[in-house]
Order: sequence, then structure tokens, then C-alpha cells
Amino acid sequence: MIAHAQFLWLIGGVVGILLIASMTGWFLALRVKSASGRAVVDNLNARVRAWWVMVAVFTIASLLGKFATIIMFALISFFALREFLSLTPTRASDHRALSLAFFILIPVQYYLIGIEWYALFAIFIPVYGFLLLPSLSALNEDPERFLERCAKIQWAIMLTIYCISHVPALLLLDIPGYTGQNALLLFYLLLVVQMSDVLQYVFGKIFGKTPIAPVVSPSKTVEGFVGGVAGATLIGAGMWWITPFTFLQAAGMAFVTILMGFLGGLVLSAVKRSLGAKDWGTMLEGHGGMMDRMDSVSFAAPIFFHLTRYFFAA
Amino acid sequence: MWLSNLLIGLVRIFVGAFPRWVGSTPSYAQRIYFANHSSHIDAVALWSALPPHLRIRTRPVAAADYWNKGIIRKYMALKGLNAIFIERTHIDCSMDPLQPLIEALKRGDSLIFFPEGTRHRQALPGLFKTGLFHLAAYFPDVELIPVYLENLHRCMPKGTIFPVPLVCTVRFGAAFHRIADESKSAFLERARQAIVELA
Repeated sequence: MIAHAQFLWLIGGVVGILLIASMTGWFLALRVKSASGRAVVDNLNARVRAWWVMVAVFTIASLLGKFATIIMFALISFFALREFLSLTPTRASDHRALSLAFFILIPVQYYLIGIEWYALFAIFIPVYGFLLLPSLSALNEDPERFLERCAKIQWAIMLTIYCISHVPALLLLDIPGYTGQNALLLFYLLLVVQMSDVLQYVFGKIFGKTPIAPVVSPSKTVEGFVGGVAGATLIGAGMWWITPFTFLQAAGMAFVTILMGFLGGLVLSAVKRSLGAKDWGTMLEGHGGMMDRMDSVSFAAPIFFHLTRYFFAA
Repeated sequence: MWLSNLLIGLVRIFVGAFPRWVGSTPSYAQRIYFANHSSHIDAVALWSALPPHLRIRTRPVAAADYWNKGIIRKYMALKGLNAIFIERTHIDCSMDPLQPLIEALKRGDSLIFFPEGTRHRQALPGLFKTGLFHLAAYFPDVELIPVYLENLHRCMPKGTIFPVPLVCTVRFGAAFHRIADESKSAFLERARQAIVELA
């Protein structure tokens, strides 16, 4: 199987990048002596270590096939939703709505991907979930801050379940001339989005001077943004050969995906701050929580999915 | 014990129960951990937040009228959690309800104790019953550690039968100091406040 061999080569490439990152981190740890510099290097090394784990999990799930991939993303949704709701001040009377989100919406949404029922996958949460969740909460007769509570739960569900589920949903697209290779498209999306995050971080740390949104997201700078977007768009374009896109199409798709990812990071940073937190959690050492790593993916995935579906799928 | 590990595993998956040693550090010293009480998983959550070598010497105090009823609950409490039962309802005047706790403390065990005596629906603890005051008086050398269980009142509020997954942290405060000749009510209010401060 060509896709399989290609996938292994790609993972080999990622492992190579991680090796370079690990060695750079090890080298910096020897060189940097100042206290503030040390903190940055320690954080960098923690991030790289977490990347090794994330890449390992992703590789194993991808090699095990479609169902393992779907289950992996269901678990990502689970942890992301758990983080999101932990920071959200719900009340005891939201228990039923929260149970619905965790025990019904996550399994059903991913089951629909598994059985390739696209029509219901696309509307299940925005229609059925949207209407049923507040109904369950209202039955508990607790009107205090009702709209606020419902809205926050809805946001959590849209972002952590609905949006993130569009990554494995790429597996159900039927793209002419690309049969059996959709897993590569999934890899491509994650690679482009995460490379953009990484490059924005690197360019920001080296050249960053002008903050874009100092209140909402102090670490985002114009220099980091330009470098990250340009670099990741080039990478995305250069990887056109694993996608159903031409070189120019790949550049365009990568560019849009990266912009959405950037907006996702910005919006979720604002959400996080409005909930009074700096990180979403502590699950991924150096990065913060699951949502700190998935924020840009949650915005990029649905747009990437729908652009691909509209322009390239049968 | 497989049941203990199962309960701890389930609690970890659902609510995390991550320990935060804010004012104290894990120690072999004999201790009474006293915490706010809002759900049935409180005891397991606090218990699983302790390091394993301290966990085996630390016993949760469970209400006999709930946990000593029915084979499954009783088995879970005794075998899974190594719990000590306390009578809340039919008080036999000839016997101090704290007697089983006193015996355990005399043996050198540490305790997990919920001084409110029952679950509350709020994030902050309600009024304390007097048990903690008496135990503190009988055992002046046992450290009293306030513990705040965050978010558990949302995970499994009173009246629900299963938890929803929310990340819960278990915050251990600084050892609570006794003041000589302090009145019972002042002591209990101060102890309650020690938990509130961790919230």
C-alpha cells in the first residue's frame, strides 16, 4: 500500500525534526545560564518531550487504522471537554446537561464518523444537541444565570466535540483519485496547523517585538505571526504531493488553514482569560492542557474539512 | 487490593483528583485530613490524591447508615477503601459514636474525616459538627490537615447517581494549629475557615 509507506516516511521526517529539536534543547540547556533564559529553555524542552509523546500516540493510532484514529480523537474531545467545563462555572443543576455532553454527544458524534453518516454528523450537535441541552437544564428548574450557563456549555461542546471531530471526519471524504489515502490528509492538516504554531512560537521568541493582542494573548507577535504563517504555508505547499491538491492549491489551503488556526488560538485565549485562567490544564507538560494544543486545530479543522469537501470530494 | 486500584483508576479518569500540596507536604506523621463534603466520591478522591505509601495507613471515615447498607456498598467501603464506619442515626447513649475513630487513631492510623457530617450542594463547606473538636482534644499530637476538594460538588452533586468528568484538585493546607482553652464553636469555625481559605 503506497499510502502506508508514504505515511511511515512522513513520520520518519517528523521524528527527524523532533531529534533536531531535542538536540537543540539539550545544547541550549548547556549554554543558557540566566534565570529567565533557563525558564524558557526548560519550557522548550518540556514542550519537545510532550511532542514526542503526542507524535507516538498519533502514529500508533494511525497505523492501527480508522477506528483507532476515531477513538483517539474521541478521547481528545473527552479530555478537552473535561478541561473546558472544569474552568466553566456550571451549577449542580447542570449535571444532566453535562452527562448528555460526555456520555451521549461524544460517543454518538464519533460513531457517526465511524459509520460514515455524514448528513447526521454535520447537524447532530448544532441541531439536536443545541436544542436538547438547554431543555434538560430547564427541566431542573434553576433559572439562575440560565442563559449564561447554557451558552458556556454549548460553546464547550461546539469547540471540543464538534469542531475537533472534523479532523477524523476527513477519513469519510470520498476524493476521486485519492481513495485509501485520507489518513495522509489528516496528517497534512495536523502538520500544517502545528507547524504554524511551532514556527510562530520560534519566530516570536527570536524576533518578536510588536504584540498583536497584548491583552488577550501576550505571546502573539507580528513578527512571530508573519514568520509562522509564511513558513507553515511554504511547508504546506511543499507537501502538496501527499494531498489531492496541486502545489498552488496546497499553498492556498495551507494559508487559509493557518489563518483559521491563528484565529482559534486568539479566540480561545480570550475565552480562557474570560474564565480567569492562563492555561487550560496541566495535562501536556510545557504546553498546558489539551485545549492549549488543540485550540488552533479546533478552528482550522472544520474549515479545512469543508473546503476539501466542497472543492475536491466527489 | 484490586478493588482499591479500580476505584482509584475510575476516579482518576473521571475527575483527575490531582493533589496540590499548598501548605503541607506528604508525611508519615499521624494526621487527620478534614475536608469539605459534597459527593460520594470525596473520600476516594482524597484517598487517591495521597501517595501510595501514606494511603495504606490512612482510613476514610464513612457514615454507617449509608455505607454499611447493602453488600456492594459495604464491600466497597471495607475492602476497597479500608473505611471506618461512624454511626450518625440511632445514637446509643452508652457508646460514644467517635469510639471506632478513637480506636483507629490509637492504633496509629491516619483518618480522612468530613466534619460537616453530610454532603452539601455548595462549593464551600457548611457548619461543622463537633466530632473534629473532640478528636483534636483526645489526640493533641495528631496533625490536623485541612483539605479542599475542588469541583466535586459539580461532578456528582447530592441526588445524582453517577459523576460527570470534571478536573478536580485536592488541596492540602498547612497543619491547623490548636489554641489553648479555645471554645468549641470558635475552634470549629476556625477549622471551617481553614478549608474556605484553600478554596
